[in-house]
Amino acid sequence: MTTIQASRSADTAPRPTGTPVPPAGPTWRQRLSQWDFRWSPYLYVLPFFLLFAAVGLYPMVYSGYLSFFSWPRYGVTHGEGVGFANYAHVLTDPVFHKAFWNTVGIFLLSSVPQVVIATVIAAMLDTPLRGRTWWRMSVLLPFVVAPAATALIFGSIFADRTGLANELLRAVGLSGIEWHSDRFASWTAIATMVNYRWTGYNTLIILAALQAIPRQLYEAAAMDGASRVEQFFHVTLPSIRPTMLFVIITATIGGMQIFTEPRLFDTNLQFQGGADYQYLTLTMYVFNTSNSGTDPYPRAAAATWIIVLIIVAIALVNYLVTRQVQRRSER
Amino acid sequence: MSRRPGFLVYGLLTAFVLGSAFPLYWSFVIGSVTKERAIQSPLPLWPGGHFLDNARRVFDQIDFWAALGNSVIISAVSAVSVVFFATLAGYSFAKLRFRGSNVAMAFVVATMAVPTQLAFVPLLKQFSNLGLDGTRTAVVLPFLVTAFGVFFMRQYLLDAVPDELIEAARVDGCSQLRTFWTVAVPAARPAMAILALFTFMQTWTEFMWPLLVLQGSDVQTLQTALDQLKIAPAGGIADIALLQAGTLLATIPLLVLFIATGRQLVAGIMQGAVKG
Repeated sequence: MTTIQASRSADTAPRPTGTPVPPAGPTWRQRLSQWDFRWSPYLYVLPFFLLFAAVGLYPMVYSGYLSFFSWPRYGVTHGEGVGFANYAHVLTDPVFHKAFWNTVGIFLLSSVPQVVIATVIAAMLDTPLRGRTWWRMSVLLPFVVAPAATALIFGSIFADRTGLANELLRAVGLSGIEWHSDRFASWTAIATMVNYRWTGYNTLIILAALQAIPRQLYEAAAMDGASRVEQFFHVTLPSIRPTMLFVIITATIGGMQIFTEPRLFDTNLQFQGGADYQYLTLTMYVFNTSNSGTDPYPRAAAATWIIVLIIVAIALVNYLVTRQVQRRSER
Repeated sequence: MSRRPGFLVYGLLTAFVLGSAFPLYWSFVIGSVTKERAIQSPLPLWPGGHFLDNARRVFDQIDFWAALGNSVIISAVSAVSVVFFATLAGYSFAKLRFRGSNVAMAFVVATMAVPTQLAFVPLLKQFSNLGLDGTRTAVVLPFLVTAFGVFFMRQYLLDAVPDELIEAARVDGCSQLRTFWTVAVPAARPAMAILALFTFMQTWTEFMWPLLVLQGSDVQTLQTALDQLKIAPAGGIADIALLQAGTLLATIPLLVLFIATGRQLVAGIMQGAVKG
């Protein structure tokens, strides 16, 4: 703001006409505008970095620091240093192990069907449909139902005794499923909520990639006698590989953080993810640890950092696998 | 694939869309019958006449309008802030040359891969040290900027603003800020609208952070109010009819927004995807 005002006042400053510009050095105004062109770009990106540092970076670094201390009582910043004891506690906690496998299980049950279904629906939306916009809006509908609302609706569908899912199973002569006590069943129910909300969104992202494929590629393939299915595997899929990777990585990050759905799926009010932690996830573990009795913050901080390292490891594997695949296809 | 799709495609798509709409319908069915009927076998398949009655009980149990107001304020502040800062930073990254811009942009993209939710617990400790917890300010602070927003605006502005236009403004003696305001902002307007919509919806649906920071506070958002609705009936069987009526009531504002702006939302998601 000051730059504008300053340059305006320089504008209106009386400047005697006919006087030659002094040859030594730039004028005040030129210098100002130089300063403006040089530093404004930094000024424009600064708010993002400042805010991110305050609410993202700093708390993470601070929690890294905190994770090496004990926390004797409320009101103090931290107690004495305990080295890696908090990490050891989390890593040897059987509940943490359960949370890890639950998270991986729910992630696989949600991401795999989600990507497959989204690809199929996107391929169908890529045909010259009547009412294109209407179809696209319709598949996005679940995206506006908040995760909390989704979880409560599906919680009623997957209720153990009085839910719609079990009623349907019984109607066709099967026995009902204990959605809240069977580990795999609870993962399935939670993955269904995730799939419900995100399949349409990913469909649109994949559809955008499909539409960017040059149509001539299909014509050429058709001329070579490739069937529709062959075209899909040899033209479509290779062309959308970067988008698929994007979808998979976003799903991974989202999957490792899943919280709302399993927490609201809990019907007892302990929020421990089932009587035997059947569907406690990593983020729920962090949340619950931060409310626990002994060393709540340091232990939650240690757990947080362990999760970050897990995500970084997964991202690295993702990256290496893609590079390998890309190299192979370039040969 | 220029062949017109057949019945099979329309049939499968219709099935998918019906599947997408069904949970909302189911929420309405359960929310419109009595508490007892909601858990009686066979379960109702058609809406009953008790929706208004259940809705009234929702309003009795939680301060629905206050929660709605909080959600609107928090989401709107977040949308305006994200759009403002993201446009400013996105323009700088897309169109201005400065030392270190590539490294800085790479950093922005990298932060998109780090789950910010995991900063929530340490952030909560910070906020409670500052005495901020339980306030609307505390809820909105982590959502004032997003790396996605910066990235999205940068991608859009790369093509949307011709370099010649910026040069021309410069030759005319415009300051950087004036060039930004008169050249970049008008060109960025469609993307700004989409980013605002997207951010509004994301902040609106946020659950974990408000839940953490508003624990034991009178301030609630619509999402955390739903959580309270779940706890409210002390003992006995959960009142599913009440819960579903509340869920639907909390979903209606965003549904209305979706019906009004769905077209732009779809366009925005697809646009962000192609360039990302």
